Amino acid sequence: MIIINFDFSPAWISIKVTLIATVINFFLGLSIAWLLTNYKGKWKGLIDGILTLPLVLPPTVVGFGILLLVGKNGPIGNFLEIFGVNIIFSWYAAVLAAIVVAFPLMYKTSMGAFEQVDPNVLSAARTLGASEWKVFWRVAVPVARPGIAAATALTFARSLGEFGATLMVAGSIPGKTETIPIAIYFATSGGEMQVALIWVLIIFVISLSVLVINNYWESYKKKERQGFGG
Amino acid sequence: MEFFVDVKKKFNGFQLDVKLQSQEEIIGILGASGSGKSMLLRCIAGLVKPDEGKIIINGKTFFDSEKKINLSMRDRKVGFLFQNYALFPNMTIEENIAFGLDKLPKLEKKNRVTVLLEKYHLGDIGKRYPTQISGGQQQRVALARAVAVEPDILLLDEPFSALDVHLRNHMMKEMSESLKEYQGLTLFVTHNREEAYRLSDYIAVFNTGKLEVFGQKDAIFKWPASLETAKITGCKNIVKATRISDNQLAVAEWGITLRTEMKIEHNTGFMGVRANQVKLIDERDCQDENCFKVWIADESDGPFRTSLYLKIGSKPKSLDDFHIQCEISREERNHLYDLSEPFVIYINPNYVFFVNQ
Repeated sequence: MIIINFDFSPAWISIKVTLIATVINFFLGLSIAWLLTNYKGKWKGLIDGILTLPLVLPPTVVGFGILLLVGKNGPIGNFLEIFGVNIIFSWYAAVLAAIVVAFPLMYKTSMGAFEQVDPNVLSAARTLGASEWKVFWRVAVPVARPGIAAATALTFARSLGEFGATLMVAGSIPGKTETIPIAIYFATSGGEMQVALIWVLIIFVISLSVLVINNYWESYKKKERQGFGG
Repeated sequence: MEFFVDVKKKFNGFQLDVKLQSQEEIIGILGASGSGKSMLLRCIAGLVKPDEGKIIINGKTFFDSEKKINLSMRDRKVGFLFQNYALFPNMTIEENIAFGLDKLPKLEKKNRVTVLLEKYHLGDIGKRYPTQISGGQQQRVALARAVAVEPDILLLDEPFSALDVHLRNHMMKEMSESLKEYQGLTLFVTHNREEAYRLSDYIAVFNTGKLEVFGQKDAIFKWPASLETAKITGCKNIVKATRISDNQLAVAEWGITLRTEMKIEHNTGFMGVRANQVKLIDERDCQDENCFKVWIADESDGPFRTSLYLKIGSKPKSLDDFHIQCEISREERNHLYDLSEPFVIYINPNYVFFVNQ
């Protein structure tokens, strides 16, 4: 029986990597999106282009870029070497790959949501004495919440499905860096179609659940706020 | 109570250039859309930075381009009522009102919110969200939220434009009472002369970024000091006129001379009289200098009042061959059926004004 020998470690690795990458992207993407929403300077177009790039480039290019920067001879890699740290082919590298690849989804989607917030509402908060921190957390983020929730769900799903860049920078060390998408690839190429199928079903269920839960939660929230007045 | 603004700000191809100083409590700013009146409020609140100038409210300098002072929005302590009210959609009515009160101790904060809810008749909807309440209630919440922080100055940007007509009159009365109670300066922007008149004591008239006139509201409405003021305060009969003597005008276009109460100082300009001050009278052979024989060229009926378009001196040739507009009640209009043309109008010299151009 396959099931007895079935190694579930890719699931735990995938979930660990995806959760950490999503949490980091949540804060990183939100804050950069907010900064850029308020920035009206001439560099906006360029900065936005650079931040969106990982979305349109092949993941292998992203992986190559990470290797250049963080690899043994890269500037960041050299710096980390001083402390005896090498993150290439560790699960940290998988987290890094997931962050870079999924970042544009978090950033772009939440920026779209921030741009929809009525500027008068933000000004109202400021005239009432609110600090920028309070304007952000108590007004901008809650008002843009449906968009931000969608951004987070997409980021989670994209991180979970990350393959190309992860394979390049983290490899496929079973029990260490082998995530579900990588397990599917090697199971398929090794002819273990049943194993591959199980992983396909698992990743299918997780991704769909996250997106569907997000949808229902948002429509519930919307109803709560909008019921019939009068 | 002191208010001093002297700002210049270029935007969208025209310039706001206004100097206004006052000790009055409620000032109405009247102007057509695009006259820069909302921009002035935004400059005072700090939403927009003026190119140069000074803004001093109650001795506190908000902005001074020479001394390089530009207080942030949060430090200015203004209450801003936005045209669309800008309530926080993610918070209940109570939370909206409490938003600016974080610095107060919890109990005091709660008490203040309760008092405000009561005062603005919001007691039973405190737990609802802004989208669940009516437009009039939203306006009350916005006002309660703005006065909660006890601002030095209250800025109201077209506060009634989002309400339907029926509600508008009601809310105007309510607002007028609230403003009287509020101890502070109020600047109130509108394009509606009726709102300006009803809510404020002093009115500033804006025209393409400039201050036309500032003064006591009755004076402005009775004898407007400029052509633009006459137009924006709703005067429908404005025509070129020349001076004959201190109290007499010649109106060539109408072929008449008019006696005035106002002393005429310039030789040429425009004379005006409001449509509701043109009286139709029964005396067919009135000998007064300000009595004229008129024929009806056209008329337009409102539900309660009728506008007549009259030609002085001769029969009109077409519907738009008329000189003067006259507004009367339906009863007065019906009374005309008992008389026959030409009718007689009397223009009270007290309501004739003259502006030079």
